[in-house]
Amino acid sequence: METPERLETISMKDIASWILNTAQSRGAGYCDLRVVDERARTIATKNGKVGHASNAESLGVGIRVIADGAWGFAATQDLSRTAVEATAARAVEVARASARVKQHELQLAPEKAYVDEWTTPYKIDPFTTSIADNIELLLKVDSELRAVEGVTLAEALFSFRRYEQWFYSSIGSDIHQTKFITGAGYAAYAFAGTEIHKRSYPNSFGGQYQNKGYELVEELKLVENARRIAEEAVALHKADQCPEGTFDIILDSSQLGLQIHESVGHPIELDRVLGMEANFAGTSFLTTDKLRHLRYGSDLVTVVADATPEHGPGLGTFKYDDEGVPAQCTPIITNGLFTGYLSSRDTAPAIGEDRSSGTMRAEGWNRIPLIRMTNISIRPGAKPLTLDELIASTDHGIFFQTNRSWSIDDKRYNFQFGTEIGWEIKAGKLGRMLKNPSYSGITTEFWNSMDAICSRDQWTLWGTPNCGKGQPMQTMGTGHGASPARFKGVKVGSAYKGTGA
Amino acid sequence: MLTHEVRSQMLTHEKAEEIFLRLSRHCNADGMEMLIAGGHSALTRFANNTIHQNVEEENYVVSVRTVIGRKTARATTNKLDEASLRRAVESAEAMTEVQVEDPDLLPMAPASMTDGPPTERYFENTAALTPEDRASAVESIVGIARKNNLTAAGIFSSSRSVEAIMNSRGLSTFHAQTSSEVSITMLGGDSSGWQKANSPDARNLDPMALAETAARKARDSASPREVPPGKYTVILEPAAVLDLVGYMFFDFGGLAILDQRSFLTNRVGTKLFGENITVDDNVYHPLQSGAPFDGEGVHRRPIRLVENGVVRNLVYARATAEKMKKSEHASKVGDIGPTGHGFPLPNEIGEAPMNIVFDAGPEASRRTLEQMIASTERGILVTRCWYIREVDPYEKILTGMTRDGTFWIGEGKLRHGLRNFRFNQSLIHMLGNVTEMGTPVRASGEESFDMVVPPMKVQGFNFTEVTKF
Repeated sequence: METPERLETISMKDIASWILNTAQSRGAGYCDLRVVDERARTIATKNGKVGHASNAESLGVGIRVIADGAWGFAATQDLSRTAVEATAARAVEVARASARVKQHELQLAPEKAYVDEWTTPYKIDPFTTSIADNIELLLKVDSELRAVEGVTLAEALFSFRRYEQWFYSSIGSDIHQTKFITGAGYAAYAFAGTEIHKRSYPNSFGGQYQNKGYELVEELKLVENARRIAEEAVALHKADQCPEGTFDIILDSSQLGLQIHESVGHPIELDRVLGMEANFAGTSFLTTDKLRHLRYGSDLVTVVADATPEHGPGLGTFKYDDEGVPAQCTPIITNGLFTGYLSSRDTAPAIGEDRSSGTMRAEGWNRIPLIRMTNISIRPGAKPLTLDELIASTDHGIFFQTNRSWSIDDKRYNFQFGTEIGWEIKAGKLGRMLKNPSYSGITTEFWNSMDAICSRDQWTLWGTPNCGKGQPMQTMGTGHGASPARFKGVKVGSAYKGTGA
Repeated sequence: MLTHEVRSQMLTHEKAEEIFLRLSRHCNADGMEMLIAGGHSALTRFANNTIHQNVEEENYVVSVRTVIGRKTARATTNKLDEASLRRAVESAEAMTEVQVEDPDLLPMAPASMTDGPPTERYFENTAALTPEDRASAVESIVGIARKNNLTAAGIFSSSRSVEAIMNSRGLSTFHAQTSSEVSITMLGGDSSGWQKANSPDARNLDPMALAETAARKARDSASPREVPPGKYTVILEPAAVLDLVGYMFFDFGGLAILDQRSFLTNRVGTKLFGENITVDDNVYHPLQSGAPFDGEGVHRRPIRLVENGVVRNLVYARATAEKMKKSEHASKVGDIGPTGHGFPLPNEIGEAPMNIVFDAGPEASRRTLEQMIASTERGILVTRCWYIREVDPYEKILTGMTRDGTFWIGEGKLRHGLRNFRFNQSLIHMLGNVTEMGTPVRASGEESFDMVVPPMKVQGFNFTEVTKF
């Protein structure tokens, strides 16, 4: 293990040329590399104290090559010339070992070379904010949550990340991108008797995450909502159990975002469809014969995979993916018809596409890019429709808010979701609060039952920061834009059926 | 397999101590702790009878925690040059200075707290595994798939790693370890079978035997039939047991009780499970893995967590133990003291047992999987569970799916494959309804950390829905 030089003194172009020359001289037919310099700040409070406080940084290079028609990858933290050349040579050796077990030569969809720079639009670099101020705001939220009698645990979190990447490839690309990712949120827990209830704001999974600066924290109105959230956590102890049966249901936009993630985003990953994830993440019911034939949802369902900055500051927003393909907007479901997959340069040819849809993303310098969701978003309704108006037009149903549990089978057919809180809808009005709400179904049946979706003014681009895939496992952030929507005749309440609870 | 000495290329205890000294020179805080973790890891991944991903990585991370008065914070870097190390110390100090005083914060752990026998889990043959070695094994696995008209997907991984903790009170501890893992899915037209094994010593893995078993499961579960959801007697293979029970062990930490987020709140000392359920945490068990110290360098003590269905003990980080002694729970939670199960500070979780070993009782009472099947009139064999999530945190209701080898058992024999089920099952009820167990093995799944668990036969397992395959 050698000591790397300081990043500032190293020319990225030099590193790239050492690596590309070594790989090519060892026989690689293709090579790309990503130098990543990453910085993170995490601060969490719990019950009036700082629970977690850390700064972290990580620097290294990941080198991907094709030799003898197969992939190889090697990564090192050591950016000295000796180390990166040895790592490039190692990547070629690894590829040669891969080539011992193959059916076909790898074929990459053609792509142009790009020389470009891009940075997440942001107003306030979160690393310029004072840690003391960060802690003060979190403790203020904490204090508001614990001011409500019955709250037994209060947790609040800020997560700031800066991810700078230099991408070079043997076709001549030279792309420098910097992303800022900000996350913030909190939860109140109430334990009493034999029940633990939880309410989160603005979403579960730590809150809301976007490719933005500290301005996200300022937009979320964290303190203003804390008292209500805490009161709801306590009130759930007196709420009625969610009934079992078949109901019309309305999902709030964050829950609909997760529904999209699990029952649209994952099944459209072409590597899953082609069997490459069969051992871990699973496969997909969306076999290639279904493209442009399957009625995925009702006419109101239009979903896109949109990584372009124009879509908004989602966790799946970038200008180029991690194999140098420009960000794109791909129609996934068009007025209910299944119209597109997420693909890569080495999978696009399998479905006759002449270009990758630009969705290859890696967790860091030491992981290979995989097909990942970008921003998988449902288009809002064309006609003005608020959540209040949607509820008012519902005779009898249940309104589900904020995810609590989520599970779906390995082909993405059967799902079950639970939310933190539910509300009965009767004669167009929100009625009694319901605890332990859950609903379940089969993906295509569910999406075909959607009969209303709120308009653009109700649409939020949610961030899911914890999507796991791949071996070794990689955690990736994905974006999901959604408005509240209604689904007819959905099975409700089976999570507690027969459990004796 | 190619073997040559590779340990000399790894970070040593002496080298780690040198880095600690370099960090110390930059430190102005009252106390400092360093954690180093890293090494070399490689993973060969295959699908459609082809190696489609093949990766290697070398990385070491240095993490510095400083203490100023009753305040602490952490900074982490993988940049090991002098300027970066200095910046890491300064970053930890700067973050520490602006913290709020924590009256529960203790001084760094004294050197005496790390005293305990080491665990020898470094195997040169595993450290020296090459991409060629892994490709040879995959070639054989694919050969078995082809022989059975199936396609194979899976991984073969290996790694060598170190973990070291040192602090300004003289504590210095170091652990080196190797790991290896094989996971195989065999896919047929409408069925699949799966097997996985993991060991610090690759010689304990038998990829061919795993491939043959996965292939047999895929073959035998072809043309799956649908049976209605409901309560059934199930036989859970060890990986299925592990993935389910793994959801309860984070509740066995003292801080989870103090935070009232554990399903054991007000239940320690009560009989929660069946008489036949006894569980230890024991890093020294021969089938276990990992370092014999925790995130503060404190020696991990073997602990009996559950005895004959009664929850007996919890695990504690140092600070949690002090808080618990002063709490309203003190008289109800068994022995209280640091057990060596804390996570690196500062953190919100506290501690958890990570070396779980189920005691399945005397040899004579144990049953093989075949004997369990033979004694089952009507039931279901579950190879593997998938996407398990907690539905209810206090009743410990879990939902999830079966996957890759679900079979109908009729009149003591495996009869045919089944379409996969969704379950909603209370873990408390499940561990109260175990009628038979086999010999515990080192099992590996996807939803939880590796454990030593037996296969179990469980009555009244609650399936609520059936999927389409």
